[in-house]
Amino acid sequence: MISRNWIIATLLLACVPLVVSSLYVMHVLVTLLIWGFIYTGWSLMGRFGLVSFGHGAFMGIGAYVTTLLWNLQGISPWIGIPLGMLLAVAVAVLIGYPCFRFRITGHYFALVTLALTEVVRSIIIALRDTTGGSLGITPTSALKDGATWSLTALQCSDKRVFFYAALVIWLIGIWIWQRIDRSMMRHAMQAISQEEDAASSVGVNVTRAKLTITVISAAMTAFGGALYSQYQQYINPETVASLGVSLQMVFAVIAGGMFVKLGPTVGAVFTLLLTEGLRVGIGNQINSLDSTIYGLMLVLFIIYMPNGILGKLMERKRASRLQPA
Amino acid sequence: MEIFDIFLLETVLNGVLFGGVLALLALGLNLIFGVIDVVWICYAELMMIGMYTVFFLTKTFGWNLFAAFAAAIVVVSVLGVLLHVLVIRPVLDSEPINQLLVTGGMLTFMQAAATLAFGIEFRNIGVSMPSLVLGEISLPWSRISAALTALVAMVLLWLFLKKTYLGTAIRAISQDRGIMPLMGVSPARIYLTTSAIGGALAGLGACLLVLQYDVHPAIGLSFGPLTFMVCVLGGLGNMLGGFIAAFIFAQLISIGGFYFHIEWGYVMAFAFFIVMMFVRPQGILGGKS
Repeated sequence: MISRNWIIATLLLACVPLVVSSLYVMHVLVTLLIWGFIYTGWSLMGRFGLVSFGHGAFMGIGAYVTTLLWNLQGISPWIGIPLGMLLAVAVAVLIGYPCFRFRITGHYFALVTLALTEVVRSIIIALRDTTGGSLGITPTSALKDGATWSLTALQCSDKRVFFYAALVIWLIGIWIWQRIDRSMMRHAMQAISQEEDAASSVGVNVTRAKLTITVISAAMTAFGGALYSQYQQYINPETVASLGVSLQMVFAVIAGGMFVKLGPTVGAVFTLLLTEGLRVGIGNQINSLDSTIYGLMLVLFIIYMPNGILGKLMERKRASRLQPA
Repeated sequence: MEIFDIFLLETVLNGVLFGGVLALLALGLNLIFGVIDVVWICYAELMMIGMYTVFFLTKTFGWNLFAAFAAAIVVVSVLGVLLHVLVIRPVLDSEPINQLLVTGGMLTFMQAAATLAFGIEFRNIGVSMPSLVLGEISLPWSRISAALTALVAMVLLWLFLKKTYLGTAIRAISQDRGIMPLMGVSPARIYLTTSAIGGALAGLGACLLVLQYDVHPAIGLSFGPLTFMVCVLGGLGNMLGGFIAAFIFAQLISIGGFYFHIEWGYVMAFAFFIVMMFVRPQGILGGKS
């Protein structure tokens, strides 16, 4: 049942570019799918109580490694993206292993990962001669002499190409989520998030389970960061590697619902509609109104709706189903 | 002495003064964590509002600087109480991470609201203080007075906690929050008092910072992460530890900035924090818990 619905939904989504010609709508959809993928990556950890503020670091590593290798060494993103992911995974292990080994959880885990984001952001700014510092950096364009696409540079002026690429990647993200959701690891992680000592006493390898999840999550986020830089053709430390980005991920995932498969994507839809709605409705002059509302809503969501929009809806549905007719 | 060493000495002294300010910032956060068991991620944003209060009262309304300082302390203290009542109290019994996240939401909210209200310009109250010149070393008075004020505030807080009835109740509740209600102490009231004191300390920090730095909506981000790191490194809730950690951090930043570049100072400080978390997760002075 579910898989048939999924195929229909995917086909419908895939038809969108054939019907819609508006560049703006395409842009919103591509952005949505990229963030949906990143948020899904974050929620892999978040749903098991590993609240990380370090995903800004992973995203920044993915975006900057890819862009810098291309700009400085002319290394194609085909190689640059895996290298960026590899570096992000290495950093994730370097930070994650001791954290999990020494049982650093909750507040402390959040603060260690926050420090990680600050380290990466400060390094990017400190290396301003190569990274462009706070001003950001643009991948060197390979689209010269009227070329509309370049396979080696992974650049393309046609948004539809990015749409299909992002759609496939987003589906892979959802598939990873589902694989983990149906694996033994999910049970192990759930046990760990409830009571670590009890879980380890029944034979769960706590460090290994957490590390596996962290590595998958970091790799996805780094990949999303690289994709973001390829699509936007501009990155700076504030947009890909700051505490602000990390908080944005947390907010979107909490708004959508981190315990359900499509929750993070719903969060991406919700935040993007909010931002774009305000931009279209009020204009560009008041540029921090969206963040003001985000911040306030994050607070309200945590107080009144900790399972998120989709989580709440599904709860309702389940409750009404259980009610005798 | 070679000229090189004089500059290094000046750097170290400046680091000591910066450490004093960081210690004061960490003090309020530590108090709140120790008593209420909540980390105010938006602590530095409260401070930012205090800085704006001083700025507008002196520049727009022509208040006396010290009157503006007093007003800022009161304003931030009230904000601290409001934060506790409106945001922290509803999630006090839910998972600890939710408490961290609501204050994270407040961080985004306050920063964006300040941008909305005041714009992104950097504003300076335009009070310039001379420097203390000792031979070839010059130290700005604004930093010296900030560090001294921080020291006095810390001693006063310590006396308050040790010598007064309310202070004893606060310390007691931070040791065992389950048993205190049975002894006739109302935790709700203690939490309010603590939030007010924590807010007032953030307000005091704002007064000291506004003499040295320009105010802008994102200033909280330059001090916020540093302040939590100081608290955690010292052992959350452990005030003496926070004090020592503040000086270690300030030296790392100051000396790192002297030899390389100020960002490398920050990189060193944060990397040191991460390593220390693994070596002594309970903080440099924290006992085994």
